[in-house]
Amino acid sequence: MPKTVKLMQGNEACTAGALAAGLKFYAGYPITPSTEIAELCAEELPKIGGKFIQMEDEIGSIAAIIGASLTGKKSMTATSGPGFSLMQECLGYASLCEIPLVIVNVQRMGPSTGMPTSPAQADVMQARWGTHGDHPVIVLAPGNVRECFELTLRAFDLSEKYRVPAIVLTDEVIGHMREKVELPDPADVKPVRRAAPKSPAGYKPYAVESDSATPLMAPFGEGYRWHVTGLFHDESGFPSNKPEVADKLLRRLMAKVEKNAADIEDYATESLEDCDIAVISFGSSAMSSLSAVRRLRKEGKKAGMLRLKTIWPFPETVVRELAGHAKTIFVPEMNLGQLALEVERVVGCRSRVVRVGKVNGELFRPEEIYNAIMGAK
Amino acid sequence: MSDALKYFRQDRLPHIWCPGCGHGTVTGALVRAIERLGLDKNKVCVVSGIGCSSRAVGYLDFDTLHTAHGRALAFATGIKLSRPDLKVIVMTGDGDCTAIGGNHFIHAARRNIGITTIVMNNEIYGMTSGQYSPMTPKGLLGTTAPYGNAERSFDLCELAKASGATFVGRGTSFHVPLLIDLIEKALQNDGFSVVEAITQCPTYLGRKNKLGGAVEMLNWIKDKTVNAKAAAALPPEKKAGKLLIGELHNAPAPEFAGEYGELIGKVQRSFENIKGGLWECASNSD
Ligand SMILES: Cc1ncc(C[n+]2csc(CCOP(=O)(O)OP(=O)(O)O)c2C)c(N)n1
Ligand code: SF4
Ligand SMILES: [Mg+2]
Repeated sequence: MPKTVKLMQGNEACTAGALAAGLKFYAGYPITPSTEIAELCAEELPKIGGKFIQMEDEIGSIAAIIGASLTGKKSMTATSGPGFSLMQECLGYASLCEIPLVIVNVQRMGPSTGMPTSPAQADVMQARWGTHGDHPVIVLAPGNVRECFELTLRAFDLSEKYRVPAIVLTDEVIGHMREKVELPDPADVKPVRRAAPKSPAGYKPYAVESDSATPLMAPFGEGYRWHVTGLFHDESGFPSNKPEVADKLLRRLMAKVEKNAADIEDYATESLEDCDIAVISFGSSAMSSLSAVRRLRKEGKKAGMLRLKTIWPFPETVVRELAGHAKTIFVPEMNLGQLALEVERVVGCRSRVVRVGKVNGELFRPEEIYNAIMGAK
Repeated sequence: MSDALKYFRQDRLPHIWCPGCGHGTVTGALVRAIERLGLDKNKVCVVSGIGCSSRAVGYLDFDTLHTAHGRALAFATGIKLSRPDLKVIVMTGDGDCTAIGGNHFIHAARRNIGITTIVMNNEIYGMTSGQYSPMTPKGLLGTTAPYGNAERSFDLCELAKASGATFVGRGTSFHVPLLIDLIEKALQNDGFSVVEAITQCPTYLGRKNKLGGAVEMLNWIKDKTVNAKAAAALPPEKKAGKLLIGELHNAPAPEFAGEYGELIGKVQRSFENIKGGLWECASNSD
């Protein structure tokens, strides 16, 4: 089949990316501005023998996709702020039990019910630290509609590969915006699937070869008869209270992401090499940022741009390199300084970091970012 | 028991329960019912929430899932919908099922999804050491009801029936043969089945309320229940304030996961020759 070109909405592209990855199970609860994803899954999944269910709330939604994922199906849910908050406990469950799944969070203004139809990017820290306890998580942030397709597909690949829940963090603008998207030939898409054991004989669900490895995952219903628990567990999967077991497990869970950061990290750059004014942004703020950077370049300023497609793990290396030569780093984001905190942590005092926050429920206009850069003393 | 033993992970023993706890009796009843039906170990999946009762799944030799407090039915819904061929059983406590998990319970019943739910009702929060639950009778003491529970309790079986469960029964850890029969019937019902198993927590409910040890509590349970069939012939004063035990509701109806499967078949047939739509993106490799 030749490549197809479609005019698509961001939420639609997320759904298409999930289907391309092999999505077979969706559970969700309606919430603006993510609902189109649920509606499309309800329509498309039955056509390919997949399942859709509208659960009674978002806690039930994430619980149901964990259950489905345990049967070997690629599973997803989509939501926005209030629903994402409700999912936090079970997100931690998936992290600890190493259950692959994807959550699309189409961010809206919060806290609380906030401004349901307005964009925000204020769940950056919640996506990383929303559930209790240290835990691994992977967070990707599409910067346009095509990337909604690509990064949702990639979220599945990474989640399956490392058995870490993956979150696609978009926002109301990216989710509802329409753009032309060139979809790959399905035959060219090679989705990743979790590594499975060969036979139930001697299966130890959490046995690994190294202290950062991902264990093999057996599907339920195939004779493995294994145990999954949100209690700390040893390699047999059964609960353990031993301090050394807990320590070893948690360090391995974190290492799965930390030691593979180079594989997971992804970003786009523009004119970074010689810049002394750098902009670091993501999602819809990055669209406005890029216009501002290009205008500055035209006017002869040495401006450059780093757009993060992976937010967690935070791409430290590229940011650290930037700190060497960019005098000032601007961080435009639709919150009051969440990504900026990470930039500040990595950059230290080697560059000046300027937070450019917007929290009125509106997208940045390019000139606001341009003015922030020009006006910085 | 010898044949039923094969359904236990005997290497996981000893269990965590206190001496005299009724949860083991209920777990034993479940296993005996499974044994009577000769279910294939590899096609049974048992899911639980959090609580002393929910620890039962760790001792059972099936695919087992010990989830989050109150959420067992929602996890189980994902499993059953994804794999309708599996026998999915939920083991839950009174707090797990009727407080934090109450909404999932109502909706699982409404859907009539094929899950057999065993509610191990000791009328108290055992694991967190004796706080009152939505099933604690009015007036009884709990650590958070130091002057007697001021709240009314649920009739869980009525709730299950009203919500759409197609098989409902109540048994106890005293009436074990009845409990096994009820669970056996519940497992045979293709739909959402609920068996409430009243059981004893001597450590907290018993001690706090001076109800004695396990034996005294079992007699206490015996005295506060009456068989539903026998009750029909009893004068009102003999059944006042007593809980009915036995089969309370049996009204088979189409099971949700199966019906959804049929719907998929219909959708697939009607879209066979039509192009367009997002599903063309769908990967066949998975
Ligand atoms: C979200 C959440 N809230 C509270 C708890 C603490 N907690 C653990 S078990 C439990 C009550 C269990 O009672 P029940 O379901 O009746 O089971 P039992 O121990 O009596 O068998 C509570 C409140 C928890 N684990 N998770
Ligand atoms: S505390 Fe109560 S419910 Fe828990 S194991 Fe002990 S007796 Fe059983
Ligand atoms: Mg209880």
